[in-house]
Amino acid sequence: MSLLNAESPDLMSTLAAANINLLWHPSISEETGSEVVEILHQILDDELRLDALCIEGSILRGPNGTGRFHMLGGTGKAMMQWVAELSEKAQYTIAVGSCAAFGGISAAGDNLTDATGLQFDGEVPGGLLGEMYSAQSGFKTINISGCPVHPNWVTETLMSLALGEHTSDAVDLFGRPRMYADQLVHHGCNRNEYYEYKASAETPGDRGCMMENMGCLGTQAHADCNSRPWNGEGSCTKGGYACINCTAPEFEEPGHSFTQTPKVAGIPVGLPTDMPKAWFVALASLSKAATPERLRKNATSEKLIYPPTIHKRKN
Amino acid sequence: MSRIVVGPFNRVEGDLEVNLDIEQGVVKSAQVNSPLFRGFERIMQGQSPMDALVYTPRICGICSVSQSVACAKALADLAQVEVPANGELATNLVLANENMTDLLTHFYLFFMPDFCRDVYRDKDWFAEAKVRFKAKEGRSVNTMLPARSEFLHLMGIMAGKWPHTLSIQPGGTAKPIEAQERIRLLAIIAAFRRYLEQHLFGADLEEVAAIDSLAALQAWRAKEHWTQSDFRAFLHISEDLNLSALGRGKGNFLSFGNYPLQGQKLFAEGAYIQGELQPLLPQHITEDMAFSWMEGDRPQHPESGLTEPSLDNPEAYTWCKAPRLNRHVVEVGALARQLINGHPLIMDLVEQQGANVESRMIARMLELAIVIPQMQLWAQQLDPSADFCLTAELPQEGSGVGMVEAARGSLGHWLKVSKGKISNYQIIAPTTWNFSPRDEQAIPGALEQALVGAPVLDGEKEPVSVQHIVRSFDPCMVCTVH
Repeated sequence: MSLLNAESPDLMSTLAAANINLLWHPSISEETGSEVVEILHQILDDELRLDALCIEGSILRGPNGTGRFHMLGGTGKAMMQWVAELSEKAQYTIAVGSCAAFGGISAAGDNLTDATGLQFDGEVPGGLLGEMYSAQSGFKTINISGCPVHPNWVTETLMSLALGEHTSDAVDLFGRPRMYADQLVHHGCNRNEYYEYKASAETPGDRGCMMENMGCLGTQAHADCNSRPWNGEGSCTKGGYACINCTAPEFEEPGHSFTQTPKVAGIPVGLPTDMPKAWFVALASLSKAATPERLRKNATSEKLIYPPTIHKRKN
Repeated sequence: MSRIVVGPFNRVEGDLEVNLDIEQGVVKSAQVNSPLFRGFERIMQGQSPMDALVYTPRICGICSVSQSVACAKALADLAQVEVPANGELATNLVLANENMTDLLTHFYLFFMPDFCRDVYRDKDWFAEAKVRFKAKEGRSVNTMLPARSEFLHLMGIMAGKWPHTLSIQPGGTAKPIEAQERIRLLAIIAAFRRYLEQHLFGADLEEVAAIDSLAALQAWRAKEHWTQSDFRAFLHISEDLNLSALGRGKGNFLSFGNYPLQGQKLFAEGAYIQGELQPLLPQHITEDMAFSWMEGDRPQHPESGLTEPSLDNPEAYTWCKAPRLNRHVVEVGALARQLINGHPLIMDLVEQQGANVESRMIARMLELAIVIPQMQLWAQQLDPSADFCLTAELPQEGSGVGMVEAARGSLGHWLKVSKGKISNYQIIAPTTWNFSPRDEQAIPGALEQALVGAPVLDGEKEPVSVQHIVRSFDPCMVCTVH
């Protein structure tokens, strides 16, 4: 559903521009029932070329390895099996969303359904298809992770495949397209000034930085959420809540409450990416000491109490 | 008697299979199978209560905010926290943004493309229907998508993103609205209104919302040629195919009511049982597992409900449980909502023709015409100088209930907390009601009943009548079982 939010241009125009023909999409295509099964059989029988197999949702292997928790309606066959067979025919295999990539939310708790990703089970390579799997093109599964995915992460990845520009260097350690995963959510965060001075939010609605108390992982999360807007305007931090690092494997079980920062001796456990701990502690205490009154007061308020001071050139 | 299995059933949200017994060209009986179980209710066991706000919206990419709102209400009930007026207004706007988007998406992407199927190639409206509504290509489909995306900019401002926001909180919204943002909201809603008036209705929204009877609807329709708007085109096609006779429901309805503001809901809550409007009594809700792949020997109120998947039940044919209201099968959705709220057009339609494919669709379109002007009022009422969120302190022990109307109907969350952790979480989603299996009395669910009598043409593998009926409920299968 997030994909339908694509803009500039919209989804159909983007696909047409890239000369991408949707063989079948569960929400968009006319074909239903036996018409769909016919398309799938044509692919398996090498009568229809499958350039890109895009899978959404975790692969449910349970109960007891049968895949019965997710049957493809009308076929009497587990989704797990359909995906395994189709992946042998696909030029590229693409996991859309953190569930298909790594198991995601469906794998949380005691993972009753034995949910996994296509080629990763959490951080561990393997998953349904196994570590050694490659699609027909020779590339491993491309993991457009995120919960949800930004529509343009999907359309831009598909366009780059259609242009024939994909390389093994185009994805990171977890198979995520570097076009968006080489950035941090922190980049361009609207709360950066509060971060600089460690002026922290304490309750939902506060204007301050959400790293110290509210569980925000924006300084560690690989995504460009604050450098390209969501729904034309927003991001998690702009929406008033913490980044929960939803593009990362195993984000679904942080080991603590999502919206509370775990601390040891008052210092947040998770440090900003590439930041040495001693320096972080030193800089944090220094910047806290230097926090301007404007930021200190605004940080714990819903409303702007102090606007920035205006400096006139002449008094 | 012959049996056909229809699936994978697409242009519904999620996975669906429908089994049909057919005799002499009509459906004699139907079994609806939800073939996906993910176990969200189990995932939440032992988690911190506030983390339910992260997990529950991820049940679904299309009803995400509805899940957030139901969850936040359950937590607010647990914490006994009040929501300030701005918090209610903001929640209503975000929820209405999702609900109205869903009604529109259903009409253009899921429902109308079936009239472009070859089975209708001899109809005089077929060529025009294809130009407008053909899957992927239709002109109206491609006008709708950009309008839809721009309308969802409201989410960008008020919820950070859609789907899967965390801005909706038990005490209000974590996103206070600035003066400038309020102005932008007014512009976004006004632009969407303009799109609806120009393309969907070909009329002012107030004019559509004021239609008060079937006769008045027919008179309104006749004022312009049927090609003048997409809604008129639907009414034209529907009359030709006699869709008001297709997919008749048994006439019991439920609505939890929606969009509260200072103690008053815009749409009233209630039940409509055997022609009679009744107060909503949530204690009369039960779920049973007689035909589900679930353990459990008797119907349970969701407060004490369990989710123990098991393939041992030989009678079972779905992962979906069977919710009942005081043992009645009820239908939920826009039709139920507007009937229970007493809209004269819907009351007249239900009285004359009951629930059917056409009346379900009309109720959705009517709701767009009613709610969009209301959204403009709510946005105007936002006060950037007042509070948006109060802090909610959760107790270590307790329970809470959150009830809301998603686009597709009544959604309920029942939460129990023990020693500061979630000890039970039960969800009944709109399509759990509509696509319920048989219950312990072997009484079929709402869709299963509505499918009986559907005509099947010679050689049809997935009867087009069945497709109209199933999609007229706008099912969300990922929410159904969750």
